[in-house]
Amino acid sequence: MITLQINGIKKQVDVDSETPLLWVLRDNLGITSVKYTCGIAECGICTVLIDGEAVRSCAIPVKDVGASEVTTVEGLTENHPVKVAWIEKQVPQCGYCQPGIMLQTVDFLSRQPDPTDEQIDDAMDDVICRCGSHPRLKNAIKMAAEISSKQGG
Amino acid sequence: MHAYMTRRTFLAKSSLVIAGTVLSSRIELFNATPVQAAAHTPFKPHAFLEIGADETITVWVGQTNLGQGSHTGIPMVIADELDADWKTVQVKMAPAAEPFKDPVWHVQTTGGSTSIRHRWDMLRQVGAAARQMLVEAAAEQWQMPAQKCTAKEGKVFHPDGSSLSYGQLTVAAGKRAVPDNPTLKAPQDYTIIGTPRERVDIPDKVMGKTVYGIDFSIDNMGVAVLARPPYYGATPESHDADAAMAVKGVVKVVELDNSIGVCAETTYAAMQGREALNITWSKGSHPELNDETLDAQYQEHLTKPGAVAQNEGDVETAFAAAGQTVAQSYKLPYLSHAQVEPINCTAHVEKDRCRIWAPTQGQTVFQMTAAKLTGLPMDKVEVMTLPAGGGFGLRAEHDPVVESVLLSKALGRPVKVIWSREDDFANDYFRPANHSRIEAGLDNSGKVVAWSHKLAVPSVMTRLMPQFVKEGVDPDAVSGVLDMAYSVPNKRVEYVMMDLPIRVGFWRSVGYSSNVFIVESFMDELAQAAGADPVQFRLDHLEKGSRPYNILVQLAERTGWGDPLPEGRGRGIAVTTCFESTAAHVAEVSVGPDGKIKVDKMHCGINCGTAVYPDGIRAQAEAGVIMGMSVAFHERVRFKDGGVYTANYDEYQILRMSEVPEIEVHILEDGMKAGGIGEPVVPSVAPSIANAIFAATGVRLRELPFDTNKLSEG
Repeated sequence: MITLQINGIKKQVDVDSETPLLWVLRDNLGITSVKYTCGIAECGICTVLIDGEAVRSCAIPVKDVGASEVTTVEGLTENHPVKVAWIEKQVPQCGYCQPGIMLQTVDFLSRQPDPTDEQIDDAMDDVICRCGSHPRLKNAIKMAAEISSKQGG
Repeated sequence: MHAYMTRRTFLAKSSLVIAGTVLSSRIELFNATPVQAAAHTPFKPHAFLEIGADETITVWVGQTNLGQGSHTGIPMVIADELDADWKTVQVKMAPAAEPFKDPVWHVQTTGGSTSIRHRWDMLRQVGAAARQMLVEAAAEQWQMPAQKCTAKEGKVFHPDGSSLSYGQLTVAAGKRAVPDNPTLKAPQDYTIIGTPRERVDIPDKVMGKTVYGIDFSIDNMGVAVLARPPYYGATPESHDADAAMAVKGVVKVVELDNSIGVCAETTYAAMQGREALNITWSKGSHPELNDETLDAQYQEHLTKPGAVAQNEGDVETAFAAAGQTVAQSYKLPYLSHAQVEPINCTAHVEKDRCRIWAPTQGQTVFQMTAAKLTGLPMDKVEVMTLPAGGGFGLRAEHDPVVESVLLSKALGRPVKVIWSREDDFANDYFRPANHSRIEAGLDNSGKVVAWSHKLAVPSVMTRLMPQFVKEGVDPDAVSGVLDMAYSVPNKRVEYVMMDLPIRVGFWRSVGYSSNVFIVESFMDELAQAAGADPVQFRLDHLEKGSRPYNILVQLAERTGWGDPLPEGRGRGIAVTTCFESTAAHVAEVSVGPDGKIKVDKMHCGINCGTAVYPDGIRAQAEAGVIMGMSVAFHERVRFKDGGVYTANYDEYQILRMSEVPEIEVHILEDGMKAGGIGEPVVPSVAPSIANAIFAATGVRLRELPFDTNKLSEG
């Protein structure tokens, strides 16, 4: 049995400890907002937060998660600045990549609360969106930063 | 008149064959409620629409939600004619069913940017008929002529200002006959069409609540992955089923026609089980096939005579008389759809029914395939379409329904088949590579008098719709060439069909996505040869007042075409008409001394007649620029040792954030019926950039993806 801390709740799962966190979340715990896409940590779509840091869940064995807090998009409040901005800027098309990109944004904005366009490009250059939501993504990231700074201020 | 079939026409005809039988060509309006007696609310005047006593208006949509916005655009059209209160409208995905078949193609499918353009009249009639029934029901209650009553935002108003809500009128309206020819609004009376609306599916997608095909689960479901041949024509020579079964969670290994399925309790166990199979494959039928041999084969085919797809005027005489001839060759590679959600399908085959849950673009094809494999009648096969993580044409292919039905039968349980990313690249039906050679003759005034064009391209339609491949010509392979808007008095198009083992299929914008690059690049080369401005040269070959003519004029004006640019910067333009819309792009690029190209800005002009859902159109136009740029700069499937070499996104780069330029979308309506959006916004992107690079550097890139080394070589 492996114990995980997910979105503030303790979960126990009976899996091979080498199983990637992605599949434990999806198949054993039914948290399907975490998406399988490339399986080789190339696209960033399976991203979750582990103790606040963006991690590609396809590439981390569940045994390495330990007692760390895992956050998926459900773990962000409904009025989280990122969620508000994503709706306001009408970002998703197919939407499949968005939970992972939103979580990477949360991590990024925690380190860079007032990013420039170049910093956004750098931070988001390692994720894939096939639909081409990039211009809206960029606007939403800036808007989320603004909301956060007002809330924080 | 062109002696060829448009894509729309041939697909319309082909659908009869897809469907197997000739089906009724029209969806008649019908009122379901009188049959069910008055007690049955909601009011359901059509399969697309029901109105509840609680005011909820439900629009059933038969098109797949691929993120293209149709699930917002379709309800907007119905709700406008209905005079509904938009806040009360909800959208539901319909199952595969007769009323949801395309009225032109007679199959339920999502492709060809048809969701609205093939239903433009139908959707409006559904809303208008329901509105008329509600108004008449209110008028009857008030004992006054219906003409004196008005409808607005979900209510019918008495001349004295009192009102009855649609919810209150459902029972009475449901007893009325559906009018045959309800009065449709004049465009100036639209209150929802053309207005800013939020996309209905976005909140759930942002909250992580959307259940995509790959997320679907039902009780007792197994998950399966399959080992498929890594080389064309390869067969499994040996495998170790016991080793696969020894993996914890694996429940069955099933040998299918030329693949081996591993069924398990979880996806990861199925994948581990597949690894453990340790299959030895034969070398296959084409071990010599690789990028180099393919290139040589294409080049060889270009030297052969092709089937004549078009022959207008007298090309030989025109060339003999031409003042100047220009000849060039172009090459486009195989492309993957690379949609982010891997292919998947869940099937549950039972004794007397079969249920399918899939993110499919081909509902009727899936239903027919499952019916054939199970021996069940069509009405015992239920196809539930789930939201898709992209599709771009690939999801109409029936492979996953074949696999999941066969494995569910073998397992006696519901089975979800998942393709890994590597499976997805290896088994994609690629956009075919295209090698073309064109020669044109210009007269002394710089007008094109002769155009001779030869294409070497594999045929998609030979596999999918063979009855429309006539005398060796695949009409899709030559689309965008035969029907290019430019007036050329003497024109010949030859098509050399390539017969290769590589699987090819429809990819966003289909034939146009390749051929517009060729035609629009070459038009620029001709403008150069004629010493003419690229916009003026195009206008000189277009009918004045036509859509492409107008959009070029409008876009040139809006983008400051002709304004001087600094050294090392350039502008390029390209235009196309397809899927009943016209799109044009102006690219602004700068090229550094190291040859590095930066696209500074892209303008997209789109004339789709009537812009139903403007923000959705803007989103698609932005997406079209990004996909078109991705194709221009990066995308290429590679082959090696008789199989697909490209395995994952690390070898198939998609445009990234730092490469995305500023994008400005110009929606240019002309009030005609709503045309397509998803596809028309792609084809002219790559040629506009190639033309801009030429303007900036004098270097002409005739191959995709662009070989930027050519720029530093100067």
